[in-house]
Amino acid sequence: MDTMHFSFGDMMRLVIAFVMLISLVFINALVMGYLERKVAARIQRRWGPMEVGVQGWLQMVIDGIKIIAKQLIVPRDADRTVFRVAPLLSFTPVVLPFLVMPFSKGLVGRDINLGLIFVLAVSSINVLSIFVAGWASNNKYSLFGSVRSVSQNIAYEIPILLSLLSVVLITNTFSMQGIVAAQGKVWFVLVQPVACLIYLISATAETNRAPFDLPEAESELTAGYHTEYSGFGFSLFMIAEYGNMFIVCAVATVLFFGGWHGPFSGEYLGALWFLLKVFLLMLTMIWVRWTYPRVRFDQLMNLAWKYLIPFSLVNLLLTALVVALL
Amino acid sequence: MVTKLEKIAGPRHRFLLNMGPQHPSTHGVLRVVLEMDGEYAMALDPVLGYGHRMHEKMAEGRPYNGFYPNTGRMDYLGAILFNHGYVGLLERVCKVSVPERAEYVRVITSELNRIASHLVGIGAYVLDLGAFTPILYAFDDREKILDILEEITGSRLTYCYLRVGGVTKDIDDTFIRRTRSFIDRMRSRLPMYRDLVTDNIIFLRRTKGIGVIDRDMAARYGVTGPVLRGSGIAYDVRKSEPYSIYDRFDFEVPVGENGDSFDRYIVRIREIEQSLRIIEQALDGLPEGPVMEKTKKLKLPAGACNFTVEAARGSLSYYLVGDGSDTPYRLKVRVPSYSNLSPLPELCKGMLLSDLVTAMGSLDLVIPEIDR
Repeated sequence: MDTMHFSFGDMMRLVIAFVMLISLVFINALVMGYLERKVAARIQRRWGPMEVGVQGWLQMVIDGIKIIAKQLIVPRDADRTVFRVAPLLSFTPVVLPFLVMPFSKGLVGRDINLGLIFVLAVSSINVLSIFVAGWASNNKYSLFGSVRSVSQNIAYEIPILLSLLSVVLITNTFSMQGIVAAQGKVWFVLVQPVACLIYLISATAETNRAPFDLPEAESELTAGYHTEYSGFGFSLFMIAEYGNMFIVCAVATVLFFGGWHGPFSGEYLGALWFLLKVFLLMLTMIWVRWTYPRVRFDQLMNLAWKYLIPFSLVNLLLTALVVALL
Repeated sequence: MVTKLEKIAGPRHRFLLNMGPQHPSTHGVLRVVLEMDGEYAMALDPVLGYGHRMHEKMAEGRPYNGFYPNTGRMDYLGAILFNHGYVGLLERVCKVSVPERAEYVRVITSELNRIASHLVGIGAYVLDLGAFTPILYAFDDREKILDILEEITGSRLTYCYLRVGGVTKDIDDTFIRRTRSFIDRMRSRLPMYRDLVTDNIIFLRRTKGIGVIDRDMAARYGVTGPVLRGSGIAYDVRKSEPYSIYDRFDFEVPVGENGDSFDRYIVRIREIEQSLRIIEQALDGLPEGPVMEKTKKLKLPAGACNFTVEAARGSLSYYLVGDGSDTPYRLKVRVPSYSNLSPLPELCKGMLLSDLVTAMGSLDLVIPEIDR
C-alpha cells in the first residue's frame, strides 16, 4: 500500500473508523464497569448492582447520566486550565491505538506497517495525563500518585517493549495484521511463554491495575492522582482506564493468543474470537485485582528493574540466537 | 533523623502531610500530621480528640446504671467486653455475687464478641494493604455472630447486655445450637483465610519485618493485647489475673516472635481459635439456674476500686472513686487503644508511607475508644 497517497475513500474510511472506535471505547467502559462490579461482587459473595434492569445491567448507564449531570468542581488553588485538560489528555491516547487494531481479517481501521510501534508510542502518552492531573490538582496526595505513576510507567514500558520485540523477531514485521497472520498454525504464547508472562505482568502495572495500582492506592493516597476529580473528569479517567485495559489485552491477544484466529473465522467473524479473547484476558485482570493485596513501591520497582527487564533481555537474546540459527 | 540520601545531598525540603481526620486508613477520626521527605515520613504526630464525647464525665452525672449504654459506645467493636469491665467493677465494689450460669453466658458472649472484633481487625488490616476481598469474607463470618448475639441482646453493635448481678436475658437451645454451628463454620473458614491472606507472598512481603515493636519498646509504652503478645510477651488478663470464670477454661495465650506487623496479625488469628475453644468448653459446662441475681439499688461506697478485663485490643481497666451515693464521684477508663497508639511516632520514624499504613493498621486502633 502506498502510504503517502490518501484518496477520498481512505479519508472517509478513517473518519468512520474513528467514530466507531470512540463509541467502542465508551461501550467498552460501560461493559467493563458492569462486569467488574458483578465479578467483584461474585468473588466477594455479594450481589453487586441488582436494582436497575435485569441483574442491574442498566446500572452503568444510570451512573453515566448521574456523572454527566454533576457540577464540575475545580479546587481553589488548582491550575484551572491544566486541571480541565488532563482528563481529555488521558482519553485521547486511548482511542488512537484502536485505529490499527486488527479486529478481524477485514475489520481494521488502517493496517500500517509499523502498527505495533504506533500502539506503544501512543499509549505511552497516557502517563503525561496522569502526571499533569496530579500536578494541576495542587494536592499532595495527587502529587504522590502522579510521581509514582511516572516512575512506574517508565520502568514497565521497557519490559513490555522487550517482550514484544521477541515476537517481532519471529514474525519479521511490526504490522498487527502480519503478526496475527503468522499465528495461523500455532499461537505465540506457546513459542514465547516467558515473553507472554512478562508482558502480562508489565501490562497490569502499565494500566495501574491492582496489585500494581500504586498511583491510586486507596488506603495510602486516598485516590491518588484523581483525588480532586469528580463528575465527568473522573469518569473520563475511568473510561481511559478501561480503554487502556482493552488495549493491553488486545495487544496480548494479537501477539500471543492468535488474534482473530479461531474456528469459522472468516473475513469478519474473527472479530468475535478477538473480542472473546480480549474479554477473557480482562476478566483475568479483574480476578487478580480482587484477590491480591497491593505491593509496596520499592518492591514494584525491584520487580521491574531486577527481574522483568533482565529476564526479557535474556529472552530476547535467546530468541535472536534461535532465529539466526534457523 | 538523617536519611542516607541527606548524607549525600544535604538537607532536603520537607513538607507536612495531613493524614486524616478523613483518610481511608485511619479508620475513624484519627489525624496524623506527617513530616514527609518524599515518600518517607520523617516525623509524625497523632492528633486526637475529633470523636471526644466525654463518656467519663457523663458517668459523674448519673446513677451507676445510667452508664451501661455508654460502655458499649466506647469500643463499638467489642461492646460486651466493655460491658463486662464495668459490671465487674460494680460487682467488686459492692460485693454482688453472680449466678454460675450468668458467668458462663458472659464468657460465651464475650468471646463471641472478641471473635467479631478480631474479624473486623484483620479484615480492615488487609484492606489497608490493598486487598478488598478478605474484609468482606470476614464480615460474612462476623454477620453470623451478630445474628446470634442479636437474638439475646436485641442489638447488633452497641450491646448493653450485662448488668450488675447477671445478664438481661437467658440463652436458650436455639442460641446454643447456632453457636455450635458457628464454631464449626469458623473452624472450616480459618484455613481459607490462611490460603487467601496469610500465605500470600505479597502479604508476607508487606508485613514481615515492618513496624517491629521489640519487648523493651512494648514495655516502655505499656501496650497490651495482641500488640504486646505479638512482641513475644505472654500477658493476657484472662490468664495472669483471671476474672469471671476464665480460670476454669483450658486455652493458650498465642505469642509472636519478632514483634512485627505480621506477628500482630497472626496473633489475632490464633486468638480466634482460642476463643472458639473457650466457647466450646463453656457450652459443654453450662449449668442450669438463674442468670440474674436479685439486687437492691446499689450505693457506691466511699473509696476507690479498680477492675481489669481483657478487651479485644488489650487490657481494659475501669477505676472508680465512690462517695457513698449511687453516682460515681469519678470514673476513669483505661482503654487499650490509647497506649497501643502511643508507640506510633517512634515506630514509624523514617518509614515509607505504605509501611506506615501497614504498621498503623496492625495496631488495630478504634479511635472512638481513644477519644471517649
